[in-house]
Amino acid sequence: MARFLVRRCLWGVVLLVLVSAATFAIFYLLPSADPAVLRAGRGATPQTIAAVRHDLGLDRPVTAQYWHFLTQLVLHFDLGYSYTSGAPVSSLIADGLPATISLAAGAIVVWLLVGIPLGILSALRPRSWFDRLAMGGALVALSAPVYWLGLVVLYLFADDIGRWPLLPGAGSYVGLTRDPWHWLTALVLPWLVLASTFAAIYARVLRTSLIETMQEDYVRTARAKGISERRVVLRHGVRNALGPLVTLLGLDVGVLLGGAVLTEAVFGIPGIGRLNYTAITTSDLPVIQGTVLLAALFIVVANIVVDVAYALLDPRVRLDG
Amino acid sequence: MSIGASELLREPGGFDAPPGSLVAGRSPLVLFWARLRRDRAALVALIAIVVLVLVAICAPLVVALFGAPGPNAVDANAMDAFGAPKGPGAGALFGYDSLGRDVFSRTVYGARVSLLVGVGGTAIAVVLGVVVGLLAGFYRGWVDTLLSRFVDVLLSFPILLLALGIASACSLGKGCVGGAIKPGLGTVLLVVAIINWTYIARIVRGQVLSLRERDFVAAARVSGASDATIVFREILPNLIAPVIVYATLLVPQNILLEAALSFLGVGITPPTASWGAMIADAAQNFDTQWWYMVFPGAALLLTVLSFNLLGDGLRDALDPRRGR
Repeated sequence: MARFLVRRCLWGVVLLVLVSAATFAIFYLLPSADPAVLRAGRGATPQTIAAVRHDLGLDRPVTAQYWHFLTQLVLHFDLGYSYTSGAPVSSLIADGLPATISLAAGAIVVWLLVGIPLGILSALRPRSWFDRLAMGGALVALSAPVYWLGLVVLYLFADDIGRWPLLPGAGSYVGLTRDPWHWLTALVLPWLVLASTFAAIYARVLRTSLIETMQEDYVRTARAKGISERRVVLRHGVRNALGPLVTLLGLDVGVLLGGAVLTEAVFGIPGIGRLNYTAITTSDLPVIQGTVLLAALFIVVANIVVDVAYALLDPRVRLDG
Repeated sequence: MSIGASELLREPGGFDAPPGSLVAGRSPLVLFWARLRRDRAALVALIAIVVLVLVAICAPLVVALFGAPGPNAVDANAMDAFGAPKGPGAGALFGYDSLGRDVFSRTVYGARVSLLVGVGGTAIAVVLGVVVGLLAGFYRGWVDTLLSRFVDVLLSFPILLLALGIASACSLGKGCVGGAIKPGLGTVLLVVAIINWTYIARIVRGQVLSLRERDFVAAARVSGASDATIVFREILPNLIAPVIVYATLLVPQNILLEAALSFLGVGITPPTASWGAMIADAAQNFDTQWWYMVFPGAALLLTVLSFNLLGDGLRDALDPRRGR
């Protein structure tokens, strides 16, 4: 177990270095636009641009630039400074994390509570009217663009512009510690919208997995032993069918902690995703780079957690291979 | 978005014949079509997609048929007495947007971008993925190790952010790679290809690994066939059905990805009509002018839904043991 963890973590570090090199390449080598010009702003003189280029170290060789970027990052957790506000990228990220975590955590609860029961009930009566309705609904939810769904929900239910003003609309997010009740009500619509796609995916995956599991020999054996159907389904069926969901959940948590760009943009939630979105609209390269790296870190960690969780859940998986 | 990626990574099944039917001598593709024909939802979706493709190709004709102006024409009568765009009615079927352009016309033309990126981008990714998957699966050894590790690295990237990163890097100035990839359609196609080929490569590699050990490959080898003959005549035909299925399942995701990129302002460049960009325009004042948010969004939803239905049908037809 320890050996496995060490190996996975080392590979994770290698991955992160590769991702950092790739993001560095994407943002400093790929664009034909000059970062120094972007930083210097509109109407800057050639002298100003040259000075900015020197300040940013852009006149040095590429390898030296990357090395500088990497050492700053590893030794000082320094991701550079925003082109637009001048604030350190690391503190911008720290400011955005609570909102992103709030959004992700609530959405996860919602989609598990909706997706898992739907998946189980559909799998138990395949091709019944319930199954058709649930899976049809899931396919529609899966096909709806999340930002459009967000706008439609705001148009219908937001308390400022909605036809049926029920809940706070866009831009009403406040921190949990400032006003817990307001925090909760402001997040209900974003949670529902963000969770809809995921609930659909989880219901579909669990349905497929559970239908396969219920045809296994050990399920027939359990029934033959005379165990109640409820117990057969829950203990022998669902428990073994949850495997694919554990993988999905781990990866989705990793991805969502990196910021739900579209949902945060539509609902005006000041999280990592919106930070990324504003950075993109203003060509703020250091901020984009910082948020991409953060998201990659979450994904790498989530992958390791998923592998370990798998081994703990399923004794057939051995970690020292 | 990474929707359904894990569903895609599941191994497809073989072509087992349903019990009790005489299927000897029928090719996998014929069987595939015979099973698909029984799936009504998938057939309706297929018809919807065919209609959509025709509408996209004949967009000028469709628009003229309804007496609407071109997608970028600004109508002098578009605004009401208060200077706000008029809604759906006698003048324009779907109303006007904030610049006074006809929303119906733009929605029809938007289908072109969606289909071009959805189908074209996926096709590029499929070619790339099949080549890499074939090389890795057929030659194994260091080629396989190198390619598989490379795919691992790409898969550990946050996908939407990678797309956003590349798209925003390429939307600056003249584009990226020294101006070779221009902002707009070229960038979106590049992003779609980069993100998608890894899934196809993984699936193809897995298939090739098992196919290359089969008896008919051994027979071809014994009879003196070259590597190229084995790959093109023996292995590739067996890959067609699974690749079609996975490509069909990727198309709706890529349509959504293009719309999302355009919505965020790093995809299709204005004034080209794209559903995502239209929704982004509408986000400013959809509280009073709901129509140019609703129509492109509904078009997007129906298009993606059709491709998802067709993809599900194809997958079930490929593997009859699934989805029952």
